[in-house]
Amino acid sequence: MLSRTQRDPAALPRLLLSLLALALLWPGIQLSELDLGVLLQADSQSEMGRFVAAFWPPAHDTAFLELLLQATLQTLAIATAGMALALLLAIPASLLASRALSLSAAARGGRPKALAQLLRWPVRGLLIFLRSVPEIVWALLFVRAVGLGPTAGVLAIAITYSGMLGKVYAEIYESVDQRPMHALLQSGSGRLTAFFYGILPNAAAELTSYTVYRWECAIRASVVMGFVGAGGLGQQIDLSLRMFAGGEVASMLLTFLLLVLLADQLSRLLRRRLA
Amino acid sequence: MSLRLTQAALQHGNGVHALRNVDLHIAPGERVAIIGPSGAGKSSLLNLLATALQPSSGELHVLGEQPWQLSGRQRQRLRARIGLVHQAPPLPARQRVVTAVLAGKLGQWGLAKSLLSLLHPLDIPGAQRELAKLDLADKLFAQCQQLSGGQLQRVGIARALYQAPEVLLADEPVSAMDPVLAAHTLSVLCRHAEASGVTLIASLHAVELALAHFPRVIGLRDGQILFDRPAAEVDQAQLDALYANEQLLSPPLSAVSLSLQIPRC
Repeated sequence: MLSRTQRDPAALPRLLLSLLALALLWPGIQLSELDLGVLLQADSQSEMGRFVAAFWPPAHDTAFLELLLQATLQTLAIATAGMALALLLAIPASLLASRALSLSAAARGGRPKALAQLLRWPVRGLLIFLRSVPEIVWALLFVRAVGLGPTAGVLAIAITYSGMLGKVYAEIYESVDQRPMHALLQSGSGRLTAFFYGILPNAAAELTSYTVYRWECAIRASVVMGFVGAGGLGQQIDLSLRMFAGGEVASMLLTFLLLVLLADQLSRLLRRRLA
Repeated sequence: MSLRLTQAALQHGNGVHALRNVDLHIAPGERVAIIGPSGAGKSSLLNLLATALQPSSGELHVLGEQPWQLSGRQRQRLRARIGLVHQAPPLPARQRVVTAVLAGKLGQWGLAKSLLSLLHPLDIPGAQRELAKLDLADKLFAQCQQLSGGQLQRVGIARALYQAPEVLLADEPVSAMDPVLAAHTLSVLCRHAEASGVTLIASLHAVELALAHFPRVIGLRDGQILFDRPAAEVDQAQLDALYANEQLLSPPLSAVSLSLQIPRC
């Protein structure tokens, strides 16, 4: 038996938290009606088999490949333009929402004043609102406003992703070492300058990695939005699925794989440059 | 009047009393060393004087102003005139030495100039000059993560020198350096202070360095000032009282004979 002084004070809370997580998982499984047995039944297996079998061989005639290239470029353009617009809003919002830029926190052991914290809430609220509405809903809205085409997709991505980027950027600023920033504030520099000299060098790799990952997500999202008429690869997949052209769907999925692979390599390259 | 503390106390967030009833007056151009055992409150006192921490009670006057009565903007302007050298300089690992040194002047530069300097260092000769005083000119374009602890400390000092403050505070500025380098670095600091009339206050754990380089020595123990007198008048009895530690008993000599252990691997 361990004596009182040698017992780890963190042991009991850890045990209780693990039990709580397990207790919460069970109703979650019940509510989502998860039943893995269905996958193993014979008729659902043959159904899935037929669906996948139609994907072979991938379509590769010249006319289709030209169409595919066009759609891929459009998808990349939607994702990139959407991200660029999102960054325009996300960067200022993250600076306003982050506790890392607090001047009062530097003199108070990292805790900002209550009033300053209160002022950050409207910005946080805006970011929550922007990302709580799924991009597909924004896309449906904008398709009605600006008509069918990529513009709706760009706007939908810009709005939702600015919410996500702003929130995560603000948290990344808070998660890196705050002492360089505080030291600069304590020698009289302004907050924004102190941020660029004290926080950004440490946060750059994380910020890049998250931004590239979000760009990858934006490519996927633009495809989903293509289904509701927002252009790009998604619209083509939708058309091909309706015409039961499995080979074309397969080609497009392969393109997808390539795009995600590309994003992954880009992220790795940038991280290595910044590490 | 350069610095004045009146009945100042500092209580940390966790309830620990770091400083109690500290009265202190330091005239412009004075050079003062603060010595005392670990945990005596040396860093807290320096942070208080640097306006990095707000006293829980009592008054602080720095350069004729009461920093905690000022608005945030005015306080930042005052802080630009106070330099603080940290024991472990908080520098981003990937930042280059030249940028880290030039960052000393951020309080005086505007936003546009600061950002421009981040893209391309605007005053390379200035940074080089300060680094050269500390025998570190060859590290101008190295990244901070490539430096040793003692080299980083010297980068921190170079930054404070480049800032050219009116009050220079240093928290164990030479703790990671070898004795020769430590003495050299302290003499650089003292010469700089003397030449430009800067008030210099340094906390040191090496008593000999404090007595050798500083005309005035303050002994701090348990958050209170034990003595405050010219270095020439500090005697051994006072130092013994300052560093006395009842908790540390020399371990009883064990009778077990040493057995030679030969690693087998």
